[in-house]
Amino acid sequence: MLFNQVVNGPNFFGLVPWIVFFPLIGLLVNIIAGGKLSEKVIGIIACSASGLALVVAVLQLISLASNPAGMVVNLADWINVGELHIHWAFQVDTLSVTMMLVVSGVGTLIHIYAMGYMHEDVRFNGDPGRFRRFFVFMNLFIAAMMVLVSSNNYLMLFVGWEGVGLCSYLLIGFWYEKGKDGIGNSIAAKKAFVTNRVGDFGFLIAAFIMFWSFHTFDFNVVFDHAPAIARITPWVIPAITLFMLLGVTGKSAQIPLFVWLPDAMAGPTPVSALIHAATMVTAGVYLIARSHVLYGLAPQTQYIVAIIGGATGLFAATIALAQFDIKKVLAYSTISQLGFMVAAVGMGAIVAGMFHLVMHAFFKALLFLSAGSVIQGVEHGHHHVEHEPKLKKGLKGQEKTFDPQDMRNMGGLRTRMKTTFWVYLIGALALAGIPPLAGFWSKDEILAEGFVLRPWVYIMLTIAAFCTAFYMGRQIILVFFGEPRSAPAEHSRENPLIMTVPLIILAVLSVLGGLLNLPKIQTFANWLDLTLKTGQPVQSASEAAAAGGFNPLVAFISVLLALAAIGLAWWLYFRRYPELQKLPAAKRPDDPLRTLIGPVFTVLENKYWVDELYWTIFLNPYISLSRFLADVIEWRFWHDWFHDVVIVGGYRQITRFLSVRVDKGVIDAAGNELGTATQRSAGWLRRIQTGFVRNYALAVLLGVVAIIGYLILR
Amino acid sequence: MLPITYYLGLSAILFTIGALGVLVRRNAIIIFMSVELMLNSANLVFVAYARYFSSMNGQIFVFFIMAVAAAEVAVGLALIVAIFHTKQSIDVDEISNLKG
Repeated sequence: MLFNQVVNGPNFFGLVPWIVFFPLIGLLVNIIAGGKLSEKVIGIIACSASGLALVVAVLQLISLASNPAGMVVNLADWINVGELHIHWAFQVDTLSVTMMLVVSGVGTLIHIYAMGYMHEDVRFNGDPGRFRRFFVFMNLFIAAMMVLVSSNNYLMLFVGWEGVGLCSYLLIGFWYEKGKDGIGNSIAAKKAFVTNRVGDFGFLIAAFIMFWSFHTFDFNVVFDHAPAIARITPWVIPAITLFMLLGVTGKSAQIPLFVWLPDAMAGPTPVSALIHAATMVTAGVYLIARSHVLYGLAPQTQYIVAIIGGATGLFAATIALAQFDIKKVLAYSTISQLGFMVAAVGMGAIVAGMFHLVMHAFFKALLFLSAGSVIQGVEHGHHHVEHEPKLKKGLKGQEKTFDPQDMRNMGGLRTRMKTTFWVYLIGALALAGIPPLAGFWSKDEILAEGFVLRPWVYIMLTIAAFCTAFYMGRQIILVFFGEPRSAPAEHSRENPLIMTVPLIILAVLSVLGGLLNLPKIQTFANWLDLTLKTGQPVQSASEAAAAGGFNPLVAFISVLLALAAIGLAWWLYFRRYPELQKLPAAKRPDDPLRTLIGPVFTVLENKYWVDELYWTIFLNPYISLSRFLADVIEWRFWHDWFHDVVIVGGYRQITRFLSVRVDKGVIDAAGNELGTATQRSAGWLRRIQTGFVRNYALAVLLGVVAIIGYLILR
Repeated sequence: MLPITYYLGLSAILFTIGALGVLVRRNAIIIFMSVELMLNSANLVFVAYARYFSSMNGQIFVFFIMAVAAAEVAVGLALIVAIFHTKQSIDVDEISNLKG
């Protein structure tokens, strides 16, 4: 390393373990000493832990600028068993540093925002003591995510993979006693955990096959040997990639395992922003990008990945059209955008996928945090209304049932929450793909690649992009425009600076993010190529052509569609909706789109009944099976019959046989019989003892005669 | 010289008389005398064969038997005196304490 420093200028690769250590230190300090500290100090500790991780990530970036090849920093030998040697080693290259920057950068902003948000949230929910717990979990998440993105082997990556899953579970169930029936949040957390477990099963199988064929988990070794392995045993690479894809569908919420993500919105909003939009759910995309060598060797899997991504993108985008919960819309939007990324990496357009990942992290974190700001603003209004007797009449029995996340209760927030409105608008336009915002460049790159590589996926994603623009327009108009549709919305107010400043920073990033990878200049593509090209054996001609892909036709079509969708949303929700509101309550539809597409809207509103379908196909049979196993097999068969009848009853019968027949009947009886027989024979034999000498003498004589007779006559 | 069978026959007769005397008589003194008779019938066989084989061994045995018989009589008479002291009778049918 010294030699490198002399030749290539300074580098800070040796510091990379601190990217995990800083968040760990932060959470340990908060666990040990946090009980005595004020909320402000706890928040500052957590934020600086995350911020220092960002500093380390930036130092890695600087180091990579002079040493573009990157480095593997070995921290410790982790597992040494037989031929298996696994190091706890950090892979520093452009791909992992990109992820580190996103995780720590967006993470730090969300930490700062959460200081303001959680301060209110723990009071609304009535347990200020959980402020510390929240930041401990958040720092744990940053640490686990850093392990995930910085590992140099699949096993260490799996540790991070499980770690972020754990944090996701903990934070979805953060208000575990709240939600539907007082258990809804816990059920949502459990659902996320179990669904991810299905995906992790696939990841583990992939790891087993990998160890069986490669005898190692090390990225570089696996990628070096992959072409040779693919020639010798052709089924191995498709099997590994397909099982890995199952893990990806779990973590990145793709069809068929996407069902957990909408429910994960039960967590506090900063969690939705950080874990369930910006970072953790992109782990699957990162995994495919990292394993692009393997996927490049398995074109069939790539095809499946692209189809799954495209289908998820379209499927989730249509569901988002008909949701009323502000966070649910964003959740389905996240699933849809993850579908875009997965489709991109599935087409081999790794750069486009990763670019969209980074941009999406900016604007989706922005949207979620702004949604949190909106929710908190409305909650403020609700609180205000409840404590003003005059206004309370206006609630008309909504006190208990009022849902601060239902967009039907909002409207007109534009004038009441100015900052939030503007940043929300920027985020929404970025997501909708309006130039020159970040989302336009990244989404357009995916579409352009799809146009060349997989026309079917292109068509699906274009329709999804249309839906995206429509539901974001719908959301903006429902939330911010028109007149307030409830008293709390009327009395909502803007949040403090600690929440709005991170929003503004994220909004700036969402505007300027596209500069990273402008057509023709391709900073980001060149940057990632430093990692992606090494070890990539073949790059097809079309991929090479598409890698720099900016297709004016594609861009024109998608912008036109986005504008059309926004216009449609404008007409429906800005023009029609207020008119519909004037109708009498019985005839009034809750959504103008329902009047337009009728039953289809009901289908979308109910999310295609996928949850119900899963209940019918998987969960109910599974529950019946487990009930059958528990009641019939375990209880009646094993417990009642096998245990009670066979084992206990049989044992009882054997012991009874042993005691009655064997012990009493044989052993005791033999002893007793010996005694009585001796007595009986003695009583019989005593009669010959007459006491008369003459009898004895006669006996002796007869005996002598008998012996002599025998001796003579023999 | 008389053939040896005569001696043996006389000895057998004497032994049989002695044995019957032991078995059937009730007077202890008479039983003793019968026992002596049996011993002496054996002595007669010894001396008869000693003479027949011109060997001294039989005669030596006879002396041993006479000595043992004398000792036996001494012990036996003492026992009879002791029994008579306790039972006032020497009828062996009275002495059946060993009856089981």
